[in-house]
Amino acid sequence: MVSREKITPDMAKKEVVRICEISDENIVDCMQCGKCTAGCPAVHGMDILPHQVIRLLQLGQIDQLLQSEAIWSCAACFTCASRCPRAVDISKIMEALRLTLVRVKGNNRLDIEKVPKLLDKNIPQQAIVSGFRKYVK
Amino acid sequence: MNYSYYPGCTLKTKAQNLEKFALHSAQALGVNLVEQEEWQCCGAVYPLSTDEIATKLASVRSLAAARDKGESLVTLCAACHQLMKRVNHDMQTKEDMREKVNNYLQLDDNYQGESKVIHYLELLRDEIGFETLAQKVKVPLKGRKVAAYYGCLLLRPKEIMNFDDPERPTVLEDFLESLGASAIHYPYKTECCGGYLSVDKEEVVEQMVDNIIRSALEQGAEEIVTACPLCKYNLENSRLCSKGEISISYFTELLAEALDVKEA
Ligand code: SF4
Ligand code: SF4
Repeated sequence: MVSREKITPDMAKKEVVRICEISDENIVDCMQCGKCTAGCPAVHGMDILPHQVIRLLQLGQIDQLLQSEAIWSCAACFTCASRCPRAVDISKIMEALRLTLVRVKGNNRLDIEKVPKLLDKNIPQQAIVSGFRKYVK
Repeated sequence: MNYSYYPGCTLKTKAQNLEKFALHSAQALGVNLVEQEEWQCCGAVYPLSTDEIATKLASVRSLAAARDKGESLVTLCAACHQLMKRVNHDMQTKEDMREKVNNYLQLDDNYQGESKVIHYLELLRDEIGFETLAQKVKVPLKGRKVAAYYGCLLLRPKEIMNFDDPERPTVLEDFLESLGASAIHYPYKTECCGGYLSVDKEEVVEQMVDNIIRSALEQGAEEIVTACPLCKYNLENSRLCSKGEISISYFTELLAEALDVKEA
């Protein structure tokens, strides 16, 4: 996965530029140290690891990311962001990747018809509101 | 002392205990928390994209209302707190957002992030003080082995939340000690419980909560306290918790117990 290709920002594809704009993050700052991945509590649900997400963006390979489970396993816990030595906030990049998908009409992650079944008697409103904000546009 | 108080939806429904015990305790401590009029749902998750404004407006309305009353805004739910703090920070630092929000809201006075947002725990620590709190304890929680679970939303990002050390926080432990309980230290107290993933990816959440609870049990904890309704829900849904190995409650419940106002 990790190659030694030199990255320059201007080679970025339109889609990558958009991810950087939505997230307001600078992917070229990442030096692939892996600290984000080492501390991520949700890696067991990820097919692409947090530092690999940034690498693929650097390489312009965005299609893989948009098909990944990783972006949906990210819990937006901000651990990666708070530990990154280069101040890259992956939680914002993961959000931008998710938004790229759910902002397309008919592309909601959560099927609203299925929501009533998800509700057990204790689930807090906070979970449902969060689900709608994260998975539906 | 008067404060504006923002409860949020969950405290009016599934997390009524978090609020009830907080309000009873505040009264016993001589703090007047006045619920804001016509508050709206904060949205539960802070919008992480730069191009979303509408989803931040509810928070700005509450922030501006507190400013107009000249009071600090007190929050109780960890998620609401994260929203209020981060949106307030945006209003202080992001000129383009400030302009759009004010153009839209047309408040009498433009809002520029003037309000001070404090979590109930910060109120106890910084305004009342844990020493004073300790003096007001009527029923010390002697012998109770309690693990504090912080989760994410109160602590991170550190520069904005400004709540405690994000890797080694102590406010909840200090709080528990002031009530006479024994605070259990364990390494997973700041790890994420999975949060809203329980709506979409229960299997991922399962392992996350399992790690947290096992870590607390290994250090001898008999109960866990938290400030977040979703953390409580996820932890309670865990395998170990369903088996009755440990119980989860809101930190305010222990506070009310120690102040002897639980049944008030
Ligand atoms: S911690 Fe930061 S610099 Fe290191 S790999 Fe992750 S994003 Fe890149
Ligand atoms: S924000 Fe997402 S990617 Fe970052 S540590 Fe948390 S779960 Fe992992």
